[in-house]
Amino acid sequence: MIHPCFRMLRYLKPVLFLACLAPLARLAWRGFHAQLGANPIEAITHGTGDWTLTFLLITLAVTPLRKLTRQYWLIKFRRMFGLFAFFYGCLHLMTYVWLDKFFDVHEMLKDIAKRRFITAGMTAFALMLPLALTSTQWSIRKLGGKRWQALHRLIYFSAAAGVIHYIWLVKADLKKPLEYGFVLGVLILYRIGAWLITRLSTRTKVEGVRDKVLTS
Amino acid sequence: MLIKKAEDIRSSEITPKSVYLNRRTFLAGAAVAGVAAATGLSLREMITPSAVAFAGNKIAGIQKSAFSTNEKITPYQDVTHYNNYYEFSTEKDGPAELAKNFRTRPWKVKIDGQVAKKQELGVDSIIKIAPPEERIYRHRCVEGWSIVVPWVGFSLSELIKRVNPTSKAKFIEFTTIMDLNQMPGQQRQVLQWPYVEGLRMDEAMHPLALLCFGMYGEDLPNQDGAPLRLVLPWKYGFKSIKAIVRIRFTEKQPLNSWNISAPNEYGFYANVNPNVDHPRWSQAKERRLGEFYKRPTLMFNGYDQVASLYSGMDLKKNF
Repeated sequence: MIHPCFRMLRYLKPVLFLACLAPLARLAWRGFHAQLGANPIEAITHGTGDWTLTFLLITLAVTPLRKLTRQYWLIKFRRMFGLFAFFYGCLHLMTYVWLDKFFDVHEMLKDIAKRRFITAGMTAFALMLPLALTSTQWSIRKLGGKRWQALHRLIYFSAAAGVIHYIWLVKADLKKPLEYGFVLGVLILYRIGAWLITRLSTRTKVEGVRDKVLTS
Repeated sequence: MLIKKAEDIRSSEITPKSVYLNRRTFLAGAAVAGVAAATGLSLREMITPSAVAFAGNKIAGIQKSAFSTNEKITPYQDVTHYNNYYEFSTEKDGPAELAKNFRTRPWKVKIDGQVAKKQELGVDSIIKIAPPEERIYRHRCVEGWSIVVPWVGFSLSELIKRVNPTSKAKFIEFTTIMDLNQMPGQQRQVLQWPYVEGLRMDEAMHPLALLCFGMYGEDLPNQDGAPLRLVLPWKYGFKSIKAIVRIRFTEKQPLNSWNISAPNEYGFYANVNPNVDHPRWSQAKERRLGEFYKRPTLMFNGYDQVASLYSGMDLKKNF
C-alpha cells in the first residue's frame, strides 16, 4: 500500500489538475486544427457533455475506491474532480446557451418546459450549482460537517439527471447512456451496501451490549 | 477580542498553498478555455477545404439540371465523413472507416410486387436507363443539420415507367441490403433490419425524386449509400434510403424503419416542416454544416413544387 507523503501529494495535485484539463485541451487543439469533423459545434457539445458525466462518476468513485484499496489520501482530490465536473458542465451549458440558442432566453425557457431532455439537463446542472458554491473549507465550517454532507448527497441526483438527460436525447442507440447508467448504478449500490453493513454492525453491537446489561 | 491573533486560527483552517494557488489556475484555465473554444470555431470556418481526395470513378456525360440550387456546396470531405448509416455504425465518423471494403459489385436489385413482370436487374443496367444528371440538392437531417450535395442520378419516375407497375400499385417499398458480415451495425438491433422505406406513388413519380448513384461527378462512396440510393430533398434524410436491393410495388402503405422504431417521433411522410416539431426537439431551425449561426428551416426544405402532393392533408397528423 503506497502512502504518499505530503510532499508527493503536493506535486500530484497540479499533475492531476492538468490531467483533468487535458480533455478540454484536446478539444481546443482539434478545433484549431479543423479536426472536429463536419459538425464541430456538435462535437464540442457531445465532448463536454461526456466529460461532465465522466467527472461526476470519477468524483463518486473516490470514496468506494478509497475504502476498497485503503488509499485514504484519495479524498484530497475529490473536491477537484467534483469542481471539474461542474466546469465541464458549465462549458456544456454554454454550448447550448450560446451556440445553440444564441442567448435567446425566451426560446430557452420554452425548451426547458417542452423538451424533457433539456429539463433533465438543466436539473442536473442546477443540482451541481449549490455543490460548487459550497465546495470551500469555509462552507464546510459554516454549514457544519453533517449538513454539508447531506447537501452534497445531491451529487447522486445530479448524476442521475445527467444519465436521464443522455437517455432522452439519443435517437435510437442507448449503448453509451446505459453504460454511464450502469456505472452510476454500481456506485450507488456500493453506497447502499456500505450503509447497510454499518447499520447492521451497529445494531449487533448495541444488542450485544444490551444483552450483556440485561443478563448481568 | 475582535481581531484574531495568530494562535486563534487552527492549523487545519489554513488553506494549503497548493489549493490556494490552484484556485487561480482554475480561473485562468477557464478563461483560456473560453477563448480557445471561441477561436477554435471561427478558425474552422476560415479554413477553406483543401485539395479534395476523390475516391471513385468519374461518371461520363453528366447533364446539368434545372432543379439544382445555387447554394454553396458542402465540402466532399464533410459529406463523406459525417454519415448516419447505422448498418455500419451509430457514430457519425464510423461508416467512412467501416464501409471501406463494402462490395458494391456485383449488385442486383429485385423488382417485384404489383408490376407487370417481376425481375432482377443488375445495378449497371439500371444506371443506363436515363442520362445522368447533376442535381445539387439541399439535404436536411431530422436531427437538425443540413448540407448541400451535388448528387448524380435521374428521376425515379424513369425506372418506374420502365418496369410497368399495375393499377393496384399505390405505394413503393424499398429495402436496403442485409449483410451481417459486411455491416457490423446490423448485429445490434438499434433498428429493425433490413432498413425499409416507402413512398406514395405520386411522390415517387415526382420529377424531384432522385434515383441516385453518384455524387461530386463520381460514383457514390460506400459510406454515402453506394451503389444505389434515393434522394428525396423535401423530406428528412432518413427517407433517402441507401444501398437498395429491392423495390416492391404495393397496394398498402409500407412500413418504414424509423416509424417502426418510434412511431410517435418519425412518420411515413417525414416532410421537412418547421411547424411540426419532433417530440423531443424543435424543427424550426437547422445548422447548415460549415456555418456558425443556425438558419430557419424551410417548408418542404424549400422545394415548394411538391406542395400540391399534400394539399388537403393535415401535415401535423401525417408527419
